[in-house]
Amino acid sequence: MTKNLRVKSSEYIDETNRISFKFNGKTYHGFKGDTLASALLANDVHLVGRSFKYHRPRGIMTSGSEEPNAIIQINPGTNRTEPNVRATEVEIYEGLEASSQNCWPSVEFDIGGINNFLSPFFPAGFYYKTFMWPASFWEKYEFFIRHSAGLGKSPTSSDPDIYDHRNVHCDVLVVGAGISGILAAKNAAKNNFKTLLVDEKNELGGSTIYENNEFNKIDNKTPSEWLKKEIDELKGIKNLEIKTRTSVAAYHQYNYLLARENLTDHLEAKDKTNKIRQRLLKIRAKKVILATGALERPLIFNNNDRPGIMLSSAIKKYSEFYGVACGSKNVFFTNNDSAYESALSLYNKGINVEAIIDIREQSESKIVKKVKEAGIKIYWSHTIVDTTGYKRLNSVSIMKLSNDGTSVTGSKISILCDCLGVAGGWTPAVHLYTQSGSKLKFDQEKKVFLPNKNTSEQISVGSCGGDFKIDEIIKNLNQKLKDNLNIKETDLDNIKVEIDQENSKRNIWLLPSDKPMGKTKPFVDYQNDATAKDIKLALREGFRSIEHVKRYTTTGMGTDQGKLGNMHALGIIADTAGVKMGELGTTTFRPPYTPLTFGTIVGRNVGKFFDIFRRTPMNDWHVENKAEFENVGQWKRAWYYPINGETMHQAVQRESKAARESAGILDASTLGKIDIQGSDASEFLNRVYTNAWSKLAIGKCRYGLMLNEDGMVYDDGVTTRLGENHYIMTTTTGGAANVLGKLEDYLQTEWPELDVYLTSVTDHYATASLCGPNSKKILKKIIPDLDLSDKNFPHMSFKEANIGTIQCRIMRISFTGEHSYEINVQASYGKDLWKKCMEAGQEFNITPYGTETMHLLRAEKGFIIVGQDTDGTMTPIDLQMDWIVSKKKYDFIGKRSLYRSDTMREDRKQLVGLLTDDPNIVLEEGAQIVSELNQSPVEMLGHVTSSYFSPNLKKSIALAVVRGGKDMMGKKLFVPMENKNINVTVASPVFYDEKNERLNA
Amino acid sequence: MFLINCPYCGERDQQEFKAGGEAHIERPKQPTELSDDEWAEYLFMRKNIKGVQFERWNHAHGCRKWFNMVRDTSNDEIKAIYKMGEKPPSQ
Ligand SMILES: [Zn+2]
Repeated sequence: MTKNLRVKSSEYIDETNRISFKFNGKTYHGFKGDTLASALLANDVHLVGRSFKYHRPRGIMTSGSEEPNAIIQINPGTNRTEPNVRATEVEIYEGLEASSQNCWPSVEFDIGGINNFLSPFFPAGFYYKTFMWPASFWEKYEFFIRHSAGLGKSPTSSDPDIYDHRNVHCDVLVVGAGISGILAAKNAAKNNFKTLLVDEKNELGGSTIYENNEFNKIDNKTPSEWLKKEIDELKGIKNLEIKTRTSVAAYHQYNYLLARENLTDHLEAKDKTNKIRQRLLKIRAKKVILATGALERPLIFNNNDRPGIMLSSAIKKYSEFYGVACGSKNVFFTNNDSAYESALSLYNKGINVEAIIDIREQSESKIVKKVKEAGIKIYWSHTIVDTTGYKRLNSVSIMKLSNDGTSVTGSKISILCDCLGVAGGWTPAVHLYTQSGSKLKFDQEKKVFLPNKNTSEQISVGSCGGDFKIDEIIKNLNQKLKDNLNIKETDLDNIKVEIDQENSKRNIWLLPSDKPMGKTKPFVDYQNDATAKDIKLALREGFRSIEHVKRYTTTGMGTDQGKLGNMHALGIIADTAGVKMGELGTTTFRPPYTPLTFGTIVGRNVGKFFDIFRRTPMNDWHVENKAEFENVGQWKRAWYYPINGETMHQAVQRESKAARESAGILDASTLGKIDIQGSDASEFLNRVYTNAWSKLAIGKCRYGLMLNEDGMVYDDGVTTRLGENHYIMTTTTGGAANVLGKLEDYLQTEWPELDVYLTSVTDHYATASLCGPNSKKILKKIIPDLDLSDKNFPHMSFKEANIGTIQCRIMRISFTGEHSYEINVQASYGKDLWKKCMEAGQEFNITPYGTETMHLLRAEKGFIIVGQDTDGTMTPIDLQMDWIVSKKKYDFIGKRSLYRSDTMREDRKQLVGLLTDDPNIVLEEGAQIVSELNQSPVEMLGHVTSSYFSPNLKKSIALAVVRGGKDMMGKKLFVPMENKNINVTVASPVFYDEKNERLNA
Repeated sequence: MFLINCPYCGERDQQEFKAGGEAHIERPKQPTELSDDEWAEYLFMRKNIKGVQFERWNHAHGCRKWFNMVRDTSNDEIKAIYKMGEKPPSQ
């Protein structure tokens, strides 16, 4: 029988809307407005998980995104399951299922709990120390670690939800809709700033919305009443957009922020369909106002992690906001007045408050007096030295603190309780502030890190800026708004605030126990089970840097980034090392502030939208004719065209033979095309290519090789002179964009005096490459009136002609060694051109071939492919292409580098042909080449770059780069493979038609 | 993600731009006159300082113009932007 701890009706909980949900297989009830945490607490469920290392039972600790313990799996076993979700942030809905993580077989009985009793064997750095030796065992250790560390399960099927990205621009972004954020947003918007106010919660008002401390008054109203009126007034304000359930995950430089807007997570499954689940907002804000509030700190004492031990402020929120008492016998433990507010909240609802343990000597504030009047026992100058209760707290033991706070005296008192609220003071939530690159400074008086030096237009207001009392908050907010927004008057000028002034605090980072340190477990980082003991051990072992201590002890390394314990860790380090807080610096908070789903990060870029791809104008024909495709850069290129169930090898052999024996056709539309015009176009080509261009006649084509300044081959292609000052350059398919960029770079930065204009026209033209001994006859059929004689239209020349009404540019150039033509038409006519060629070629059995056959045919001729036979370390000399390097030209890109001592070495890797002794063995591309088999280690001379079985030569051929290969003609080398050694002979890279007779066949 | 003020287009998001390394390294006019060491100096040696650095940037997904930027690499503050060929602002 579970208890019902719902203690009062709350305006935020809709008690007419009862919701059932399951937790660890058991059905519970809550109401619309509950979080999973508040609904579980209302059912008296505290135990929700096990800690990471010791598998200690852990309960709900907080009421917000800083939660370290209540990390659960949502909707386990479904395709919407999500691990590592904080129960304090999940709004319940009908049908919600959740389960604990990191426990087996159940949270109630967990095998891993044995680690807790073995904990003396798990000191700081345990994993580093234990799993280091022997190195060869690492794989076994990894298996063990992975199986024992079960932080949730990822879904096994694809995500059914839709995610979205949106760019947002605003004058003022206000992060956090507590009292400071609301007032800031209101005044910014009223002064004509386009304002966006975001908050991670589903309701506005932060903690002030349930702030009913009778001693604090704003315009004679309680803060909660007053703020509700302010929130009502937001509705009519122009220029103000409010987004709730929106968590800012990252704050980058230049006021660029990423926020996750949660749209359907709070809805029932049936209402989630076809809606955007989460949207990533990419926000550019002219000014940012951070109003992210403060997080309450726990206190660090022995066994401070039992289920039932919570932040005092969380107890207050559950009581005031959700109408839930977290326990029936409550005790508070504090170093400041905050706990008294929580105690009174419970007391006023008739819930037992057994005692308040206060480490201070005294406090004279009105609220403390009120608590005394209520008859609640206060133990001044006392500390908790231990707690009991395995799955739920059942008592605390207290002792008197010594004057210096480092030890305890007197006799031990035990107090029975099922819930303990701890209040260790407030830490400004400066996470986003530091993400922006801004710097913090330690405030010795307030014992907190505060914003100090901003790197962008931003202000931190309210408690994240160090103002904790309402009068300070409003006064400083008013001044900051005026200064930052440059406005003269605000709503805040005439607000009257009364507050309970007294609020003293006594800060002790690590509270003493009557037991020796080694026998205690004062947890600093709950999620990663790092204790004060571990931190002290790390210091004893010589760690000094805060970042090293953090990694060694794993403090702050969990999914909560140690939001609760970081300050204590710093404090304990400072105290132990005997330095001042602030001198050690602070840890770096990195994005995201709270975890993001992968869905949100990728947005719509999934499936076929993952990366863009480009298709040629002939693509439909290739698809209809069952081509297989390969990706070349972003292009989808026809790879080969299998017929009657051919394998790739069979198809490629057939295509290759057909292209040489009769006619073949290739879709070459993807080649990069750059239109070059201007009176200095020839001079420009002279400077960018290795060979000479000035004398190229109009109507002629020339192959060019382009280098980097380091002398290495960068790109190649044929350029045609269309007119006196007009060229069209082709580049490799993959290199098109980079070549254009490089040429533009030189024109703009090194040679601005040249009159040259570059335009990318790759997408404007479709190109069909017609090749083979019958290509001329086919072209003749298509364009009967064009004189195709070698005299009128020789190899390496260009003609303009019409196919019917379609204008085309025809280059007689060849990448296969066969007589061939590249026909270019406007892209929209590409498919027509292709079909006409196929029709005309039918009688010659014209064979469409893909990129694989193209590669094979050019390899037979020893033509390189930049990026396959070169890798950015090959000069034209290495490629045995000395013939293309002009000796006469004074300069071109990369020329000087060809005479560096390194590029002139004789023993560089050079391009050669390789023939296997057994002509049927085809080498593997990438296979390594050696000259000795019985030597170890053996020098790797080079590797195979291209390798095919040539159907035209009826033998295996390969191109390779080999150290000193130029002088190895005829030499026997070896390609050692896993199961055999292959004997090869170095040969000329030109295997077929060495005299180029077929070009004019 | 920086906000970069292209001298031709105005403020744009960093993802429209491409960084092009250190600025004000002029390609030698007569490379053949240089020793291996002098050419290597031009070819390979680039500064990578923590602090104020002069850099080339290109508005690759915009006007495609190259320009210069003075950036503090320690905090990514862009101190100045000026066109190619213009004199760098005095430090
Ligand atoms: Zn621009």
